[in-house]
Amino acid sequence: MGTPTNDSRREFLKNLSWAGGGLLLGFQWDSVEASMPSLLNVRQATAPAFNSYLAIAANGQVTIFSPNPELGQNIMTSFAQIVAEELDADWKQVRVEQAPLDAKRFDRQLTGGSGAIPHSWTRLRKAGASARYLLVGAAAGRWGVPAQECTTEAGFVHHKPSKRKAGYGELAEAAAALSLPADIPLKDRKDFKIIGKPVKNVAGRDIVTGKGIFGLDVYREGMVHAVVQHPPAFGTKLKSFDASAAKAMPGVINVVSFKNNVAVVARSTWEALQARKAIHIEYEKEAAIEHSTDHDRWMQEMLDSDKATVRRRNGDVTAAFQSAAKVVQAEYQSPFLAHNPMEPMNFFADVRSNGVELIGPTQTPANARAQVSKLVGMPEDKITLQLTRLGGGFGRRLRNDYVLDAAELSMILQKPVKVVWTREDDMTGGVYRPAVRYRFRAALDKDGNLIGYHLRGAGINADNSTREDNFPSGAVEHLLIESIDHKSPITTGAWRAPTTNFLAYAEQSFLDEVAAAAGKDPVQFRLDLLAKARQQPVGAVKYNIERMEAVIRKAAEVSGWGKKKGVAQGFSVYFSHASYVAQVAEVTMRGGKPSLSRVYAAADCGQVVNLSGSRQQVMGAIVDGLGHAMYGRISFKEGKAQQANFHQYRLIRMKEIPEVEVVFVENDFDPTGLGEPALPPTGGAVANAIFGATGIRLYQQPFADHSLFKG
Amino acid sequence: MPVYSIKVNGKLQQADVAADTPLLWVLRDHLRLTGTKYGCGIGQCGACTVHLDGNAVRSCLLPISAVGKGLVTTIEGLSEKGDHPVQLAWEEVDVPQCGYCQAGQIMTAAAFLKRTPNPSQQQVMDAMQGNLCRCGAYHRIREGVMAAAKKVAAKKA
Ligand code: FES
Ligand code: FES
Repeated sequence: MGTPTNDSRREFLKNLSWAGGGLLLGFQWDSVEASMPSLLNVRQATAPAFNSYLAIAANGQVTIFSPNPELGQNIMTSFAQIVAEELDADWKQVRVEQAPLDAKRFDRQLTGGSGAIPHSWTRLRKAGASARYLLVGAAAGRWGVPAQECTTEAGFVHHKPSKRKAGYGELAEAAAALSLPADIPLKDRKDFKIIGKPVKNVAGRDIVTGKGIFGLDVYREGMVHAVVQHPPAFGTKLKSFDASAAKAMPGVINVVSFKNNVAVVARSTWEALQARKAIHIEYEKEAAIEHSTDHDRWMQEMLDSDKATVRRRNGDVTAAFQSAAKVVQAEYQSPFLAHNPMEPMNFFADVRSNGVELIGPTQTPANARAQVSKLVGMPEDKITLQLTRLGGGFGRRLRNDYVLDAAELSMILQKPVKVVWTREDDMTGGVYRPAVRYRFRAALDKDGNLIGYHLRGAGINADNSTREDNFPSGAVEHLLIESIDHKSPITTGAWRAPTTNFLAYAEQSFLDEVAAAAGKDPVQFRLDLLAKARQQPVGAVKYNIERMEAVIRKAAEVSGWGKKKGVAQGFSVYFSHASYVAQVAEVTMRGGKPSLSRVYAAADCGQVVNLSGSRQQVMGAIVDGLGHAMYGRISFKEGKAQQANFHQYRLIRMKEIPEVEVVFVENDFDPTGLGEPALPPTGGAVANAIFGATGIRLYQQPFADHSLFKG
Repeated sequence: MPVYSIKVNGKLQQADVAADTPLLWVLRDHLRLTGTKYGCGIGQCGACTVHLDGNAVRSCLLPISAVGKGLVTTIEGLSEKGDHPVQLAWEEVDVPQCGYCQAGQIMTAAAFLKRTPNPSQQQVMDAMQGNLCRCGAYHRIREGVMAAAKKVAAKKA
C-alpha cells in the first residue's frame, strides 16, 4: 500500500468494474435502518448514501475499507478481522485500505476514547455476514441446491452433498444482484476462527520495508515546504518581525505571516528551517504569563479554598470524619506532559478556488474538515480529506491546529503546501496533559472499615480532574468528590486515557495507604469494598463489580500475590474506557535503589479481537504509563515550556522496561477498547511496589525526581 | 550551491543543496526516500538511522558534505525484496505499533547484528538503547532482534 490517495481508491473501484464485476457492500449505519446493510453494485459504489465498504474482486481478493484513523492501536487489522470472520474469508486474500473521510458513508470516523471497537463490533460483523449470505445465495442459485445445504470456508462456498465448491471471486457478481433479508444471523462465538487469534499487523510489510505511508511522507508535484513559528510563550502574541535576511536565503520562496504566526515557505524542509532561524521576531504580552511555581501555588490555594464544584456526594462526609477512629490524608501531584507522538505534526493542503485537498494524519478528520471549511469559506463537500497512517497520536492529533496551518498557508500562497512542525515546535507549542494536584482524606472506623472518603482535585486547565463515579464510589457510605480548576492560556487536551492517566495513580496509591492504615491486605481491602458495593451500594454504581473482582483475582493469581520472598509487590486496578485492568508491579532493591523487575496485567476487554495486537496494546500502555510516571514533565517559565526536545524531556528507553506478563480474562462480553485502559493502573502499581520495597510513598510525578533515584 | 553526488542503495544520486544539509533531508525531500524518518533532529531518537559503510548513523546529524564516497543504505535498500532477517523477524514477531520508529530500529538492529551475530539479550538492549519507540514496543523490538539473530545463525549453518 503506497500513500493512499483518492485517486488510488477511485482507481481501485474502476479496476473492480473493469475486472468484470465484484461485490461491494455499503452500510447505511446512521439511518433509521441502522443495522440493515444494503447492497449496491460497483458502479453505485460512489453513491453518497452509503458508508462502509467491503469489496470482493473477481479474483477473490477481499478489500476492507477501514474508516478510522490508524495510529498504532492496530484498528486496521482488528476491524478487518471482524469483517473477515463473519465473511469466512481467506485471511490471506484480505487487504485493508484506509478509507478517506466520508461523513455520509461512515459514522464516528475518529480515534479517541478507545471507542472504535465497541462502536463498530456489531456493524462490522453484519457487514461480513451479509456478504457471506449473498455469496451463499449466488452459489446455491448456480447449483440449484438449497442455500441451507451450503457451507463456507476460507473464501469458498461448498456444497458438500454434491462435492461442489466455488470461490467468492467467481460468485461476487451474481451475489451483487441478490437482495438481503432483514435479519442476517451472526456466528456463534465458539466458531470464531479469526477473531481472538493473534493476527499480524496488516501494515507490517509496508512498515518494515519503509513505504511512505505516513503524513510526513506525502510529496506532490509543485508542493512547497513550510515551517511555522508560533508564539514561543503562552500569553504572548506577535508584535512585529523582520524577515529580510531570511527571504534572501537559499531555497526560500516566501515568508508570510498569519494570525500570530510567521511562516517560511521554501523548496525544502531544511531550507525552511534554516531561514526561520534568521527571522527576527518580537512578541508582546496578550494574557497571563505563567510559571510552574505559580501553578504549584495556585493548586495549593485551590485545594485550601472551599470553592470547588461538587461532583458527587453520598451521605455526610463531615460527620463521618468527626466519628472516625482514624483519618488518612495525602496529596498527589502530576505535571503537564507533552504527547510526543513519534511522527511530528504535519499536514498537506492544497486550497484552490474550486476545492480543497487535505492529506495527512489526524485523529479527528471530520473536525479538521469542518475547521478548514470555516477557514477557507468553502462548503465541506468541496473539501476532501485523505487519512494517512498516523505515527502515533496519544491525543495530540485530536486537535487540528497544524491542519489549519497548512490550509491557511496554501490559501495565502495559492500553492500546495506541506507544513511540518519540528519536535521543538510540538513540544513547546502546547496541547499538554493538564497539571493536577489531588487531596484525599479517608475516614476509618475502629475496625478499619472505610466509612468516609473525600477527594478534591485541583488542576490547571484540567476541567473536572476527577471521575466521580469511579471506584470506590458506590462502596463508601459517606463520600464527597469535588474539583476546582484554574483557567490558563496554556493549551491542554486529552492525553492517552484522559484524566485517568494521573487520577488512577493518585487514587490507587492512596487506597494503598488507606489499606495499610486499616491493617489490611491491599487486594483484600479492594475486594471487601467491592463486596460492600454489591451488598449495600451507596448511590449509583457505574462499574461492573464482578468484572472488577475478576481482574483483581486474576492479577493476584498470576502474580502469586503475597507469596513471594525478596520482592515487593504493588497492586492497582482501574476501570476506564469500558475495560478493566488490574496490575501487580514487582520491585527489588539493587544497590540501595528500587528496581522494577516485572509487571503483571490482567485485562478484561470483553472478547479479545486480536490476541497479538491486544497484548501489544497492554504492554505498550504499561511501558508508556511507567515511562511518563518516572520521567515525564513539562514545566514553564515566563509562559515558555522548558523542555523542547528529547534531551530535556526524557522518554523511557529499552533498558528501563520491566518484564511484562499479560493475561486476558475470558468472558462473553462484547469487545471494548484497549488503546488506553492498561495505562492508568501502572503508575499506582509501581508507586505501591516502591513503597513496599522502601517504605517511601511517591507523592509526585515524575518519580525520577525523588531522592530515591538520585545519586 | 554545490551539487553533491552520493551513493545511496547502490545508486549514484545527486542533490543540489547547501553543505550543511543533513543527509536525512536530502534523502527525504530531494531523493524521495521517505522510509528514513524525522523524529527529533538532534540525535536523540534514532528514527533517522541509516547505514554509512555498514555502520548505523543518525542521518539528521550527518551533513551531506561529510558523506563523501561513503555508501549509504536506507531501509528501502536494506534488502532487495524486503527479506533481510531483521525485516522478516519484525513481521514474524509482529513488532510495529504505529510503525514510525521502526525503520530506524531495523537499521540499528541490522548494523548491530552484522557486528554481533550472536548477541545476549543484554547486548541487544545496549545496542537498541538509542532508539526511542513512543508506542513502547520495546519488548517486541528486543524479541525481534533476538529472532533475527537466530535467522542469521541458521543461514550460516
Ligand atoms: S531524527 Fe535523528 S535521531 Fe531523531
Ligand atoms: S511503533 Fe510507534 S514509535 Fe515505535
